[in-house]
Amino acid sequence: MKSVLLAGMLLLSYSAVALDGQIGIHDPSTVIACDGKYYVFGTGGGGLMSTDGWNWTGGAVRPGGGVAPDVIHLGDRFYVSYATGGTGGGEHSADVHMMWNKTFDTNSPDYKWEDCGVVASSDGVEDCNAIDPGFFLDPGTGRLWLTYGSYFGYIRLIELDPKTGKRIHPEEPPLNLAINCEASDMIYHDGWYYLLADHDSCCDGANSGYNIRVGRARAVTGPFLDNMGVDMMLGGGKLFVGSEGRVVGPGHFGLLDLGEGVQKFSCHYEADLDRGGASVLDLRPVLWRDGWPVAGDNLKDGTFEIESARTGTALELAVEGVPVGGRRARGGGGGPGGRRGGPGAARGGGETNAAAQATLGGTNAVGGRGSRGGGGGGRGLFGGQGGVIPPQDVAVVSTNWPAGNVDVRMANYMDQAQQKWTLTAVTNASASGYPGSPYFKLTIAGTDRVLAVGDDAELVVLPGYTGGPEQLWRFDQLADGTWRIMPKAVPNSSAALALSAVGSSFATLAKFDPASDKQRWALKAP
Amino acid sequence: MTTLRLLLPPAAALLAAAVLTAAAAPGDAPHAAVTLARPATPTKAASPDGFLQRWLILEPIHVTGLTDSAVQSEVKANYFPDQFTVIPHDGDKVQVGAGELTWHAVDTLDYNVNLFHYAAALHKPTSDVLFWIVTTVNCPAEMSGVRLAIGSNAASVWWVNGREVIGIYGDRQTVVDDGVSKRLTLKQGPNVVRCAVVNGGGATDFCARFLDVDDKPITNLTLSVGELAP
Repeated sequence: MKSVLLAGMLLLSYSAVALDGQIGIHDPSTVIACDGKYYVFGTGGGGLMSTDGWNWTGGAVRPGGGVAPDVIHLGDRFYVSYATGGTGGGEHSADVHMMWNKTFDTNSPDYKWEDCGVVASSDGVEDCNAIDPGFFLDPGTGRLWLTYGSYFGYIRLIELDPKTGKRIHPEEPPLNLAINCEASDMIYHDGWYYLLADHDSCCDGANSGYNIRVGRARAVTGPFLDNMGVDMMLGGGKLFVGSEGRVVGPGHFGLLDLGEGVQKFSCHYEADLDRGGASVLDLRPVLWRDGWPVAGDNLKDGTFEIESARTGTALELAVEGVPVGGRRARGGGGGPGGRRGGPGAARGGGETNAAAQATLGGTNAVGGRGSRGGGGGGRGLFGGQGGVIPPQDVAVVSTNWPAGNVDVRMANYMDQAQQKWTLTAVTNASASGYPGSPYFKLTIAGTDRVLAVGDDAELVVLPGYTGGPEQLWRFDQLADGTWRIMPKAVPNSSAALALSAVGSSFATLAKFDPASDKQRWALKAP
Repeated sequence: MTTLRLLLPPAAALLAAAVLTAAAAPGDAPHAAVTLARPATPTKAASPDGFLQRWLILEPIHVTGLTDSAVQSEVKANYFPDQFTVIPHDGDKVQVGAGELTWHAVDTLDYNVNLFHYAAALHKPTSDVLFWIVTTVNCPAEMSGVRLAIGSNAASVWWVNGREVIGIYGDRQTVVDDGVSKRLTLKQGPNVVRCAVVNGGGATDFCARFLDVDDKPITNLTLSVGELAP
């Protein structure tokens, strides 16, 4: 699993590109689903919303103003926390407010804000700046917690009543968890509590050093240590995500758990250099490696081998492959001694055992395995054909491929044309997307042949792309770095199915099983 | 391993040897097909792992080539009458070219059917050969959404109730559930599974089972090959 993760990360470590539409925001809350839409709120009131998690618009409403809100859904309530005061000019007197609503849909009859008052404060002198709240519902205990704080002193923890949103035991002092960071958020994974928080500078565009770091603890109260054992109370923190490529200063982690092992995180970049240096929202995969969260990347256009984690075989167009560099003559073959074994049963080359060894330059490389004679044209069986063998020209090797629909199968990857898939984002309005990414079409590289779902809910490669939803594919990166690949639609079905290796040499569609390798695919550079 | 088993046949294999050495040339020492036995019951249940272990196998036909196109050409050539529809019986003979070949009923003692054992015991070639293989799968009730899952050494093409459902090609070893069909329906009662295995050289065998809609082996099937030759 580790090697898969590393391979995927290395190959896909190009710059992240944020979402589509109206995505300007700073200090975003956790992205949350409500009544069929995703919502996210930021500093200054208001927020963004999206029907698919890819294309965003303005229009979300959050009263109260202030900075850096967070949201959580508990029962029939959406709690929202935000802070006032404590921003800039050395002012550290601040209040963390709570309110709730049953919906974020302003057209709903249930849309009504209820204020819960202030749940935490800082007086401007104490070692805390009470802003940047982050909710955490402990999945083991059901207890609701809130972390808050910003650089000046500590990140602090208080407990809230999940039924009212009010603070439990307000007479008790908050607990300090970390120091000299901000925008904290806590998550739970496999027996560990993880505290994520931003280090370094914010709010200075492309000059912002913002990055998200993480420590972990066995208890919600800490101590939170990083991968080197340094306590976050001493400034420790393992890097989760920093600036990459054309985006600078990621911050304000929020977890969007889509279920079935698919996790994404929201953040803003202080500056997207491709969007004039604006602060923008992004959604990216959360991976897990050796017990630590790692920021994954959304898929970008490229040409890949698509390799099954179950079988190690590669998805290919079901056509007769041609060896790269052409076929070569082979000798030996036959007899009961093993593969291609046995004298006197020559196929192809027809060299004798002695002659075969002679072609190997007199070495003992295959001593006693005389059945491998033949071929080579003077370079010996293992001498190759000389020079650099160029990549296969799909225009040449595809001349014998059927013109119409062709099945899909899997085989050992051998760099052949029918095994290379070009993934292209389809960003037109009708294609839409999913949290963090647009849909993709998959074509055999250098051709118009496109992967689709047939009427029988099996895979088929069509001669060309016609824009149907059964020809669009969703790629969600899983915790181990492999990918779940799902069609946007299955003809005559509403089932959510994923590309699945049903055998070593055959792929189909099946319900996603997060516990199985059947539906995990590695994307490798060809 | 194959060689050792041929040299040291267990007692159970002696029966198989008696059945499958009929074509041995006079004076040749027979090789016992140690993993195969003559069917002794009217039907045979699928194994606990769903493997189909009773088959009728025609003595091998000489062919060459393992590529997709070569194998498709080989299996689509006309060798004997009704080769895609016939449900043969043990001992039936067909004329292929100048030679007469015989169908033999076998039970395999393993998950796979060892065609090398089969052919060697009959003193037939094992390299550059095509085996025609048939069985009847009796299904207690209609089953939809199932898949035939096979492995073969080397290439093979498969039909269920006359429809081609799998083709795997090239020089390959038998791997359980290597080739898997698209979803199909097994009707209640008899269903005919037919395959053609093409071998280049060396070992040759195959395995087959059906998987249910959850990709779990189907075990409540029985196999029959009709009356045995006297």
